[in-house]
Amino acid sequence: MKRLISVTINGKQRTDEVEPRLLLIHYLRDVVGLTGSHIGCETSLCGACTVELDGKAVKSCTMFAVQVDGCRLLTIEGLVSNGKYHPLQEAFWNEHGLQCGFCTPGMIVACKQLLERTPVPTEEEIRHGIEGNLCRCTGYQHIVNAVKAASAKMGI
Amino acid sequence: MATILTPQATGKLVGKRVRRREDPRLITGTATYVDDIQKPGMHHACIVRSPYAAARIKGINAQAALALPGVAAVFTGKDVAALGPVPCGASLPGLRVPHHHILAQDRVYFTGHPVAVVVATDRYIARDAADLVEVDYEELPAVAAPEKALAPGAPAVHPEWPDNTAFTYHQEGGDVNKAFAEAEVIVKQRIISQRLIPTAMETRGVVAEWQPGDKALTVYSSSQIPHLLRSLLAGMLGLPENRLRVVVPEVGGGFGSKLNVYAEEALMGFVAMKIGKPVKWIESRRENFLCTIHGRGHVDYYEIAAKKDGTILGLKLKLIQDLGAYHQLLTPAIPTLSVLMMPGLYRFKNILADIVGVFTNCVPTDAYRGAGRPEATHGIERMVDMLAAELKMDPAEIRLKNFPQPDEFPFATATGLSYDSGDYEAPLRRALELVDYPRLRQEQAEARQQGRLMGIGLSTYGEVSAFGPSPATPAGGWESATVKIDPAGKVTVLTGASPHGQGEETTFAQIAADELGVDLEDVIVLHGDTAVVQYGIGTFGSRATAVGGPAVYYAIQKLKEKIQKFGALLLESAEVTFTNGNCVCNRNGKSVTLAQVAAASYRAMKLPPGEEPGLQVTYFWEPPNFTFPFGAHIAVTEVDRETGRVSILRYVAVDDCGNIINPLLVDGQVHGGVAQGMGQALYEQAVYDNNGQLLSGELTDYAIPKAGMMPWLETGHTITPSPVNPLGVKGVGEAGTIGASPALVNSVVDALSPLGVRHIDMPMLPEKIWQLLQQGGQA
Ligand code: FES
Ligand code: FES
Repeated sequence: MKRLISVTINGKQRTDEVEPRLLLIHYLRDVVGLTGSHIGCETSLCGACTVELDGKAVKSCTMFAVQVDGCRLLTIEGLVSNGKYHPLQEAFWNEHGLQCGFCTPGMIVACKQLLERTPVPTEEEIRHGIEGNLCRCTGYQHIVNAVKAASAKMGI
Repeated sequence: MATILTPQATGKLVGKRVRRREDPRLITGTATYVDDIQKPGMHHACIVRSPYAAARIKGINAQAALALPGVAAVFTGKDVAALGPVPCGASLPGLRVPHHHILAQDRVYFTGHPVAVVVATDRYIARDAADLVEVDYEELPAVAAPEKALAPGAPAVHPEWPDNTAFTYHQEGGDVNKAFAEAEVIVKQRIISQRLIPTAMETRGVVAEWQPGDKALTVYSSSQIPHLLRSLLAGMLGLPENRLRVVVPEVGGGFGSKLNVYAEEALMGFVAMKIGKPVKWIESRRENFLCTIHGRGHVDYYEIAAKKDGTILGLKLKLIQDLGAYHQLLTPAIPTLSVLMMPGLYRFKNILADIVGVFTNCVPTDAYRGAGRPEATHGIERMVDMLAAELKMDPAEIRLKNFPQPDEFPFATATGLSYDSGDYEAPLRRALELVDYPRLRQEQAEARQQGRLMGIGLSTYGEVSAFGPSPATPAGGWESATVKIDPAGKVTVLTGASPHGQGEETTFAQIAADELGVDLEDVIVLHGDTAVVQYGIGTFGSRATAVGGPAVYYAIQKLKEKIQKFGALLLESAEVTFTNGNCVCNRNGKSVTLAQVAAASYRAMKLPPGEEPGLQVTYFWEPPNFTFPFGAHIAVTEVDRETGRVSILRYVAVDDCGNIINPLLVDGQVHGGVAQGMGQALYEQAVYDNNGQLLSGELTDYAIPKAGMMPWLETGHTITPSPVNPLGVKGVGEAGTIGASPALVNSVVDALSPLGVRHIDMPMLPEKIWQLLQQGGQA
């Protein structure tokens, strides 16, 4: 029995009929067509599916689409505004904070939350802040650099 | 802080920290990985897998599954009995090769063995239906550890081979008996390189689409080897190769695990042809851990012989390789790479190695970042440290004593390799300088007086990379490039290497832009689609830059000759030089641009004698040798007496990968490599119980490093160009992984040496160290 949900995704409102068991990540990827958020585990361990739900980073693989009825969602696709990259996107690019790029969308959303909570984080705070997001390629060091660079840029 | 060039920069690009050109699509979430592909009418597949490591299949009942609305088909072993087998590309004398069907026939051999495939209109329905497939198993005894599998009376993995031995392999160099007879000291140790799970963040996935009108199949797969996959898949499916197109879209990491040909790739091709609809299969993380290849899996028995002054005379190795239940593409070849690298960076010429390849009821092992070389390096570097301890020598001093000197290159090793170029002292001395070694040792002495367990560990690693000359590799060892200049003068590079995160869309563009004197923005690099790119080999074994790069370089050299000829025609001059993107007449200085030359070459009003129209060259480059990167890593650690936890106080990696095209990307490779080596040293292990159940079957139980588990990595480089290729590059993809594990284990052993500890096997989990501490250092 499908249920009607209404959500605002990256600033655009939409309504969809979804199965109650449809995972939020599958809703975003397969129904809405926003494939930037990825699936690395489906068990809330890797963070590849991280999106922002009413301003808070969540793992969209362990929520149902019906749970976000009436909510605001922000995904990696919504981070570019007026054709300009978010400072974190720019910093990940400049600092080589990604290799295969699979973890990157979730990682950037998690880092955005981190910088909102701690605008000028120490290395330790950055490492702690992204513990929920796994990256197998970079060894995290360039990600740390990217977060620092974005923090400096956003502070100006 | 790094200087970052923006891509419109001109002038020399090779050697600069150019930010990557693949990144804009990745940071905006607009890249296309396999699971992002949608096709009209696409169905979804879910695979039914064996819950047992060994069992007989007595029957399969799929009626309930087929009755579920939305289910299109269920296929079992008998439907695909004539297809396949899953290929093994390695050949060794006397190798026993079990027939590896793409779905189990009457028996399963490891937990996760594919038994049936369910196809439905939606992935949720496919998964529901998979649960409804009833398989009647009769469980059989299993064996999941290689030494147990070799013991008399062990269950036979394949009943036809009761000794569980797939092959034995012997290699000797020099006179090892004489070396051991003359030795003043001999040290022996059993060393384990545990089974690891590669854990690319993107699991495997396949989309297959059949065009009945053309009798053509397209397979999208997350792979490192699109062309080899096409050739082998065509054979498995009985399709002419020219009717099969393999497309490798964005790939979310491979690390060797996607340098393979898997049952599911053929299975999806079969399903697409059968149901006449596109079909998608995406591996779950649990399936990824159960069914994608694992790495390592060695039990090694080492003996090293030396003189009292520390001169190493010889090395013996008995290597027991856990192969798993089948051979995947390169499974049996991996331990032979360990033997090749046995001598490490040292001068001694006497070796003896015996490999036993053992079947177990586990998923096959195969190439995982380093593939045989981390195991070998871990072995020799542990043995050298143990020898130093035995002789009360400093670990740096014993290494310096045994390196060949720069003027001894090319250096012929006891295992038949010819090391291309090297200055092995340079990175070690640089690393020692970076940590201020004498002061560090003094700090350690003070720490010890305070009762702290602080350790300093070195590793000086070497690797055989850039696979490699064709006669020495299971497939061709060359790489290809097509460079074409369109009529408007813009450049397209098609590379047969299939990068998946390494950044060759940037580095190859740097090479091409410099060689052709054009802006980076004017070059694009394409790869991964067999319908677009000429035949190629792929990306693995640190080969993309070192074999694929020279192919690009040579293609451009040929293209330049043609450009000059067309330029000469336009300038009506016999003497023309192509420089900085222009053809210039040597006599009067008149010039034409590359775009003008390109337009003229396609317009073809006049042709240079003997030339075809157009500007396009394809070059297949065969390397004359492997390359041999090297380096030195130093790890400073401290062990917590209360908990057994290891903290990394400092980590310094000095690598020599020859000339560097892009230092930013090289650092990235080193960081990622070290992280995986650290994972092996400290956290990661694939654990099977006695019945062959994978206990570390999820990310909860298999600990890949998180950001907080990684120390700050200090990197440095020395540069010894390789004479093997015109770019002087050696490759760097695996260096970090190879150097890291011995540096860390040597460091922790050093920390615990006051307690009499002389060896620890990986992973050095707190519980293991804590137990050692409780037992006063006695294992
Ligand atoms: S897919 Fe959601 S945390 Fe891994
Ligand atoms: S960039 Fe590949 S997993 Fe993070």
